Amino acid sequence: MSIRKSRNYFSPDYMNQQKEKDKSYGLHPLDGYLKKDRIPHIWCPGCGLGVVLSSFLRALDHSGIPKEKTAVVSGIGCTGRVAGYLNMDSFHLTHGRAIPFATGLKVGNPDMVTTVFSGDGDLFAIGGNHFIHAARRNVDFNVICVNNFNFGMTGGQAGPTTPTEATTTTTPFGGFEHPFNLPAVAAGSGAVYVARWTAYHVEALIRSLEEALNKKGFCFVEVLTPCPTGYGRRTGQKTGKEAMKYYKENSRIEHGADPTEVSLDQDEIIVGKFVDREAPTYQERRGEIFQAIRKKKGVE
Amino acid sequence: MESKTEGKIMEEKEGEKCWMVASEKKEGAVCLIKERCKGCGFCIEFCPVKALEFSEKTTDKGYHPPKMTGDCILCGKCEKMCPEFAIYVKEEDE
Amino acid sequence: MKPDTYFIDGNTACAEGAIAAGCTFFASYPITPATEILETMAKRFPEIHGSYLQMEDELASIAAVIGASWAGRKAMTATSGPGFSLMMENYGFALMTETPCVIVNVMRGGPSTGLPTMVAQGDVMQTRWGTHGDVGVVVYCPGSPQEMFDMTVEAFNTAERYRLPVVLLSDAVVAHMTEKVVIPPKEELDIVNRKKPKNSPEEYLPYCPDEDLVPPMACAGEGYGVHVTGLTHDERGYPSVDEKTQTFLVTRLINKIRKNSDDILKYEEYKVDDAEIIIVAYGSVSRSAREAVDMARAEGIKVGLLRPITLWPFPEDRIYELAAKGVKAFLVAEINFGQIVYEVQRCTDGHCPTYLAPRMGGSIHTPEELVERLYGINEGKEGSN
Repeated sequence: MSIRKSRNYFSPDYMNQQKEKDKSYGLHPLDGYLKKDRIPHIWCPGCGLGVVLSSFLRALDHSGIPKEKTAVVSGIGCTGRVAGYLNMDSFHLTHGRAIPFATGLKVGNPDMVTTVFSGDGDLFAIGGNHFIHAARRNVDFNVICVNNFNFGMTGGQAGPTTPTEATTTTTPFGGFEHPFNLPAVAAGSGAVYVARWTAYHVEALIRSLEEALNKKGFCFVEVLTPCPTGYGRRTGQKTGKEAMKYYKENSRIEHGADPTEVSLDQDEIIVGKFVDREAPTYQERRGEIFQAIRKKKGVE
Repeated sequence: MESKTEGKIMEEKEGEKCWMVASEKKEGAVCLIKERCKGCGFCIEFCPVKALEFSEKTTDKGYHPPKMTGDCILCGKCEKMCPEFAIYVKEEDE
Repeated sequence: MKPDTYFIDGNTACAEGAIAAGCTFFASYPITPATEILETMAKRFPEIHGSYLQMEDELASIAAVIGASWAGRKAMTATSGPGFSLMMENYGFALMTETPCVIVNVMRGGPSTGLPTMVAQGDVMQTRWGTHGDVGVVVYCPGSPQEMFDMTVEAFNTAERYRLPVVLLSDAVVAHMTEKVVIPPKEELDIVNRKKPKNSPEEYLPYCPDEDLVPPMACAGEGYGVHVTGLTHDERGYPSVDEKTQTFLVTRLINKIRKNSDDILKYEEYKVDDAEIIIVAYGSVSRSAREAVDMARAEGIKVGLLRPITLWPFPEDRIYELAAKGVKAFLVAEINFGQIVYEVQRCTDGHCPTYLAPRMGGSIHTPEELVERLYGINEGKEGSN
């Protein structure tokens, strides 16, 4: 079959579906960051992912960083679908490999303000080894972890941050593994900026994301996010609203808290900015050494 | 075309429904792109002045979008809280 | 290294070949017998503004290489069997997203940890079928340190021209032996760069192919707002998870290599024209085979050598042509339990028998050993393999 002719790509019903969407495209102030015909997105009613995404786009908007100089890399999972909605250089990687890809992208083109936008499973289960090494190297990009405590896309299995006793499809009788304290993992690995917010704390989240976008080095922001379909309905938070209300009533902001003290098995959810320090980035350290060598070898 | 059925003064353009709001300090509108709404209720739940309620009518997909019934202060909380990029604030530029 | 004649090992020649081809990004993880490539890159890259990254594992190495390629760089990684196995998923991702890059696999004894410092050729079929799903691949198999240089340059050119990850399938002997290597001046090297879009960001479709089935490639930071996903995607790069898009995309990805295979295909022949028996051997084994051809001819047995330089695409037509022309038999010599032998058998289409000279790994065939098999075949004493 000749490749050219077989392309009846835009079927009629697809076209009028587009007309309907196109009409409303551009009305919302953040529409410019979103792909024209990809909204409404795939995430469930009550899922907090859209809140985190809109907070990120709002932070990007405030920061004034041009869209052309921004890249978003996401892995596999519900959060993995973020890249597909963005009207900018966006990369939807294999499961767990968003971070090393971002390392290659950032070192390959240092001008790109790069953000890895992925979930708790992608970043800390299969991708854990890459996370701790990228943080250790202090590669200059941001990691936003949408922590909804389970593998949502595949229907609600237990993940590395699932609370110990929680019931999930793979812990039908209650879990028995101790979950990560993500800020502790990030700070312990060397991240220069570590913050945790929930999807309820939108104003603070937007400010925090803007800080991360403007900060040099490996910046990590964890966002506790409702997942009614995969996680909430089996753990007493049937709707996103209930989860958000729970965050509102049980969170306490404590900037500068010791990251190792903010595990989630306490009564209160401690949120805030825990680490914000300066350190030379991976590229800066390498740049200095390589410049010295080039000078020594008389190579420009 | 303005009608009062959906609460406050409302104006509807293609796909978008705007509630004109004139509080003492600010003038502007809160606009809703109905078909994007999935009825999660975040905007209604976390509006600081409880100006929004669930509409009895539904979108084509069967979700109950919000409607403006209270005295909005154009703070934009609903816009920031919305996961669907469906509701937003338009301020009259002075 | 400046253009000159050198006496260097295969791995160093490979690194120099990458630099000559314009590679400025290298990410990998140490593994015998490929480590010298990493070390050469680490030493040489600062001089040419290259970026060398020592990653935490091979999964990260290939992912970083793909990331750098989408940042506009020519990027490469090098590994051996165990690392190559870890790279399979992202090898598929790079094939699916048409990301130009080079993966060097210096084969060693397998399976598993096997013989880390010793030669084998057991990864051949892995380069063809190792990643899940249907793919069109290109794999070069250098037979000497000189070819470690030349074929690395060729691998980059093919990767850039056809937008895919190309494998340079070396082995511990070719990689670690030292031999004369001529590094030509830059002007004599034909260097290919990826096609760039000619139209504007509004019209540009990242996965809309030209006539050669290869789409122009816009990279990150060029204002095209490219979306890259491993999901089945349509010509705009949007995820489009349906059978029609899958058929359209995967067919193109495979035909992109199949339809251009005549331009990609590379093999060498030695005294084949009047040969009654033809040895098929690649990589380090082909060196013994060449000696065996001369030794057998001295004993009056008309033997020739067909050496595939690209394992994929495979010289199918040439083998069929020789078999149909009346060649008595093929003898496939490879350091595994039989992998390319089945391809040769398939291509002879029953015209003549195909025999296998297997070795399990550790050392290459000796010429004498091959000549002995040739005697057997010549006198018809051999049953089928």
